[in-house]
Amino acid sequence: MDEIYLDNAATTKPISEVVKKMEKVLKVHYANPSSLHKLGINAEKLVKEARLQISNELKTEKEEIIFTGSGTIANNIGIKGAAYRLKKFGNHIITTEIEHKSVLEIFKHLEKNGFEVDYIPVNKKGIINLDILQEKLNENTILVSTMAVNNEIGSIQPIKKISELVNKYDNLYFHVDGVQALGKINLNIKELGIDLYTISAHKVHGPKGVGALYINKDIFIDKILHGSGQEKGFYPGTENTPGIAGFGEAIKHLPNIENIKKMKKLKYFLSQKIRDEIHNVIINTPSEEKSAPHILNVSFANIKGEVLVHSLESENIYISTGSACTSRKDKTSHIINALGLPDNYREGTVRFSLSQFNTKKEMEVTIKTLKQQVERLRKIMGGNR
Amino acid sequence: MSNLYLIRYGEIALKGENRSMFEDILKSNIKKSLKTENEDVTIYKTPGRIFLKTKIDQDIVINRLQKIPGLVSFSPVEEVALDYDEIKNVVLKSAQKALKNKDYINFRITARRSNKSFEYDSMELQYNLGEYVIENIDESKREVDLHNPNLDINVEIRKNSAYVYSEVYKGMGGLPVGVTGKVGLMLSGGIDSPVAGYMGLKRGAKLIPVYFHSFPFTSDRTKEKVKELTQVLAKYQNNIDLHIVDFTDILTEMNEKCPNDLITIIMRRLMIKITELIIEQKNGKAIITGESIGQVASQTLEALKVTNEVPQLPILRPLLGLNKVQIIDLAKKIGTYDISIQPYDDCCTVFVPDSPETRPTIEQVRKGEVDLNIDDKIKEAVENVEVIHIEGY
Repeated sequence: MDEIYLDNAATTKPISEVVKKMEKVLKVHYANPSSLHKLGINAEKLVKEARLQISNELKTEKEEIIFTGSGTIANNIGIKGAAYRLKKFGNHIITTEIEHKSVLEIFKHLEKNGFEVDYIPVNKKGIINLDILQEKLNENTILVSTMAVNNEIGSIQPIKKISELVNKYDNLYFHVDGVQALGKINLNIKELGIDLYTISAHKVHGPKGVGALYINKDIFIDKILHGSGQEKGFYPGTENTPGIAGFGEAIKHLPNIENIKKMKKLKYFLSQKIRDEIHNVIINTPSEEKSAPHILNVSFANIKGEVLVHSLESENIYISTGSACTSRKDKTSHIINALGLPDNYREGTVRFSLSQFNTKKEMEVTIKTLKQQVERLRKIMGGNR
Repeated sequence: MSNLYLIRYGEIALKGENRSMFEDILKSNIKKSLKTENEDVTIYKTPGRIFLKTKIDQDIVINRLQKIPGLVSFSPVEEVALDYDEIKNVVLKSAQKALKNKDYINFRITARRSNKSFEYDSMELQYNLGEYVIENIDESKREVDLHNPNLDINVEIRKNSAYVYSEVYKGMGGLPVGVTGKVGLMLSGGIDSPVAGYMGLKRGAKLIPVYFHSFPFTSDRTKEKVKELTQVLAKYQNNIDLHIVDFTDILTEMNEKCPNDLITIIMRRLMIKITELIIEQKNGKAIITGESIGQVASQTLEALKVTNEVPQLPILRPLLGLNKVQIIDLAKKIGTYDISIQPYDDCCTVFVPDSPETRPTIEQVRKGEVDLNIDDKIKEAVENVEVIHIEGY
């Protein structure tokens, strides 16, 4: 049987159109886009084309998109650049407890450098508490940063409501980490008053090593990297032309409405079947309208998530643990802790993440295998006690 | 240009009749450690010394020699004809060379003369050569210091040549790998067992590591980690055959049939039994483990007694006398620590009893094993053991 890949929130398999495009760029359009000659101009065209594709998708102007080396780098450029630029207006920053490490670690760094950061908690559905956000916002706040879709349980944050609260203040930038949202949920960046928006290619069947940052043309942020001025100087260095062209190609093939519907259906099917066929499970992902179409997070009682991952792997099914695998509580992520799971469920948390290319047949095989493995492991781990 | 190295070995010299066999093994180990460099290596014995001649880059030679058990120390050395004028020139050159790294030398000359037909005796040599150095190096840069020199230029007058050297590199000491025989090493991914293996290597044991893999309870990353650890140990033994036992079925059966509080100790007994069966086929003579007394439940004296009962072969526990800090220091020195601390679960952390029996008796454990009917599974595990050949370099 072919592998069943359900770890698409970690990374996705590049589609063949992307691979073909990249191969061509590597073989033919290898010149430096900054070179004056014709080959350089052709390479530059590819970068321009990709920028246009992305700005069309995000409904922004093309000058507002810069390419970076990853989502993490885009987050660094946006968040630090904003904080440094606005520090004359205040030193207060607001983010959430459930951000990806590539955001949380930046704020830890900023805290050591004179900024004060408030981390907004989430409810049991992994959605941030707007009352606390409102309470914390003040004249001294210069940056609010939140993810659009949580990578572990798939909860969608109320960006519109956050934006309404945030946009009451001047000298305050609004950053959204859209890495898990791209192609999965509709967000109108301009209408929502988002100033900085992060995306990444490898989550949408593009290549690894390319991300992008939307920077609202009406704002100014400091540069945190310095070099020869590519990407308006925000991410200097010779452009990763194959990667950027591959990103553009991937954007062309983002799931359409039909694909999204199909993913939602598959996810719903998977979650219903798990609930029906396996006892003692908790579905952590919130209901359909409150979660992204591709992420399903489930806790199984009396199972170690890591062992379940390996068991499914030996049946050629690939999922991931929902939290850093460990029995030590301090290493479990904020979000898994926030779910308030009973002790015997907490370690048994795993994440299934789908793509538009998964099939119903794959879900059926997954459920059948999952059921067998969970029962087997429960028997073993339960032992003769 | 070829470089010459003088190699000293301590303990071997004490071994009486076996001495020449030991020396041959050491010679062969040295040669093997350098074979990846594809350069000629000449090794010859003189009484009490081994000489190595090769064009291989000096840094590589030094690095490799420092990882060969049985070698006490060594020096890059220059061979000089038995002619006083030539000797004094070479001595002066080594003093000048030392001044490239130091602003100032407080030096001495140490001369030995086993060839009594040479024109000067050792005292005269020291005096004359010392004077020659003083005369030829600026006063502001040198001084004689017999007690605390930062440069000790050694001159040895032997039968056919003289030898001059001033650097001494420390080796591992101990016995050459292979002289004491083959031993099994119960290798987990942890900090202790690789260190125990290193101690065995130092006593001339040739290691046959055995690792118990229990996928899906142990990640395949743990297996990779054990391979990496083996590769570090292989630098001391040249190459190692890592033995990987598929332990999942046995573990599952055991977990089902045995009392929960005895799982750890019974698992330990099964592992030792399987290790013995594997290494006996390879003529192994003992089993090394990383245990020390009382660190965890399976290592109380009672537990050790219960595991000791299993094999015919002796279990060697070279870490018995060390505490955790000392073991960690050694692991860092050997180069296994950073690999060991990578955070992958091994089965011991998955199958942890709620409250393990810390004072088991043999009767109690045998009773706990009554329902266990796994001779076939053990036989199968031994027959199907995966052997991975790992070269040190």
